[in-house]
Amino acid sequence: MNYYAIRAIYTFEMARTLRTPLQSFASPVISTILYFIVFGSAIGHRMIPIDGVSYGVFIVPGLIMLTVMTQSVANASFGIYFPKFLGTIYEHLSAPISPFEIVTGYVGAAATKSAVVGLIILGVSFLFVPLEIAHPVLMMGLLCSTAFCFSLLGFILGLWARNFEQLSFVPTLIITPLVFLGGSFYSIDMLPSIWRDVSMLNPAMYLISGFRWAFFGNSDVSIQLSVVFIGFFIATFLGIIWWIFSTGYRLRS
Amino acid sequence: MTAIVEVRDLTKRYDGEKLALKNLSFKIAAGEIIALLGPNGAGKTSLISTICGLTTMSQGKVFVSGFDVQSDYRNARSLIGLVPQELMLEPFETVMGTVSLSRGLFGKAPNPSYIRGILERLSLWDKRDSPIRELSGGMKRRVLIAKALSHEPKILFLDEPTAGVDVDLRRDMWRLVKDLQRDGVTIVLTTHYIEEAEEIADRIAVIHDGQILLIEDKNLLMKRLGKKQLLVELADPIERLPKLLEDLGIKLHNEGRGLTYTYDMEVEQTGIPEILGALKSEGIRFNDVRTEQSSLEDIFIELIKDRSV
Ligand SMILES: Nc1ncnc2c1ncn2[C@@H]1O[C@H](COP(=O)(O)OP(=O)(O)OP(=O)(O)O)[C@@H](O)[C@H]1O
Ligand SMILES: [Mg+2]
Repeated sequence: MNYYAIRAIYTFEMARTLRTPLQSFASPVISTILYFIVFGSAIGHRMIPIDGVSYGVFIVPGLIMLTVMTQSVANASFGIYFPKFLGTIYEHLSAPISPFEIVTGYVGAAATKSAVVGLIILGVSFLFVPLEIAHPVLMMGLLCSTAFCFSLLGFILGLWARNFEQLSFVPTLIITPLVFLGGSFYSIDMLPSIWRDVSMLNPAMYLISGFRWAFFGNSDVSIQLSVVFIGFFIATFLGIIWWIFSTGYRLRS
Repeated sequence: MTAIVEVRDLTKRYDGEKLALKNLSFKIAAGEIIALLGPNGAGKTSLISTICGLTTMSQGKVFVSGFDVQSDYRNARSLIGLVPQELMLEPFETVMGTVSLSRGLFGKAPNPSYIRGILERLSLWDKRDSPIRELSGGMKRRVLIAKALSHEPKILFLDEPTAGVDVDLRRDMWRLVKDLQRDGVTIVLTTHYIEEAEEIADRIAVIHDGQILLIEDKNLLMKRLGKKQLLVELADPIERLPKLLEDLGIKLHNEGRGLTYTYDMEVEQTGIPEILGALKSEGIRFNDVRTEQSSLEDIFIELIKDRSV
């Protein structure tokens, strides 16, 4: 195991993040505050509480998940796509490192960054609404595994993308709709039954629901199911990455 | 010779289409400087890329210090430093940041004093905290070299290290290569500057159209394929060459104002004393006599020309 390589990639990526703190941390926080103002304060007062939770509080887990998921995909896809674009990937290809080490370094850094952004948003939420977390340890665990899971997805996207258009296409057309429609801002129970069934096919829904359970102790689907789904996604994404590296797909000509 | 690199029946076909390397087999000796010469598109970069793991190989095997570069890539690759042909660097990263990344990627614990030594040797120490986009092209080239040396490789591949580099820097580069050789590093470099190969290489490999036309000790090569020419500058121009001189293989040159005589470098009996004797007996007076030796460039052009026909 090449620990130094993992460490080198991780610190290199974190340095990139810290070089642009505004872009990395301030912009997701600002957009979250805007969501709070619009959905929490302006609209929220007119909403009836969901399962005994006021709407302003209800959207906190969804907001964190929304940001963590989109940030993870963006960070991880850019992290690996940029060296491909610049050609500096030559060094990784010629280094004595295994796919596992490359993935750990890049995905670890991307997941760290988006988990930190998620925690900052959580901190900001306390300023806006009275919040209590029913299962804090589980909440942290789900936050980190979601960040890891979506960073893996972003990493696959970055490996696959041949240009910047493809790189932004997938998040805009696939990830963002899935996350928005996965119940970030509403309970699935509020939907007509046909849309409720469709939502059951949305993978993001299981993650958001599980995260909400960690906050309030109840949610749309059972927490066990959510955990199983996260594990399933992580395993699938790892499998795809393993396949990409073992075939050299879009990496080695 | 102890081979540090052994290439066996290596074939590279890009995307099942372009055949870039055609069944190459050769060895590189530990501690030597070998220059790969060849025209654009000959396959030099493809060869280096396959050895270093940047591209997959279609057939064959490559061993570095006895380690198979495919099945034993960790051991093989940790011995290799690669300076690519293109200037590929992250523009916003600092010199120190990118060199430290390289050392880490190759599995070496940080060693600030070693890195400092390399940066100083390459006159980059003052620039260590500068972002790469602020450096000149020549400096970027040196950053790539620093990255390749950062993990103390046993064998260094330099793909056109002196392309777009001024004369001073080129001489510095040659000195560095010689120094590295003294430290025990094997060096493989590609170049279009034949004088460069002539200046620093121990062995020359000529690659053309995915094949190695020859691989030989530089001095032997120049002796074997090199030609010498005797040039005689006449005091008075002559119209026709006397039969005696013609029989010796002499040719008229420069509209009768000079004579030339070409001979192999290897031969013992050059025939020059006979020629001088004949000139005297024919009563031909001359002002100057000199000899010229063909350069590696002439040899190279001859080789490629023969192939293309
Ligand atoms: N990634 C690639 N995909 C397809 N063909 C390629 C690729 N890289 C190189 N080739 C082809 O392989 C052949 C050898 O190219 P290579 O870059 O190895 O030549 P070279 O000797 O390094 O040339 P130069 O002196 O111009 O750098 C060329 O015909 C080139 O077009
Ligand atoms: Mg080349």
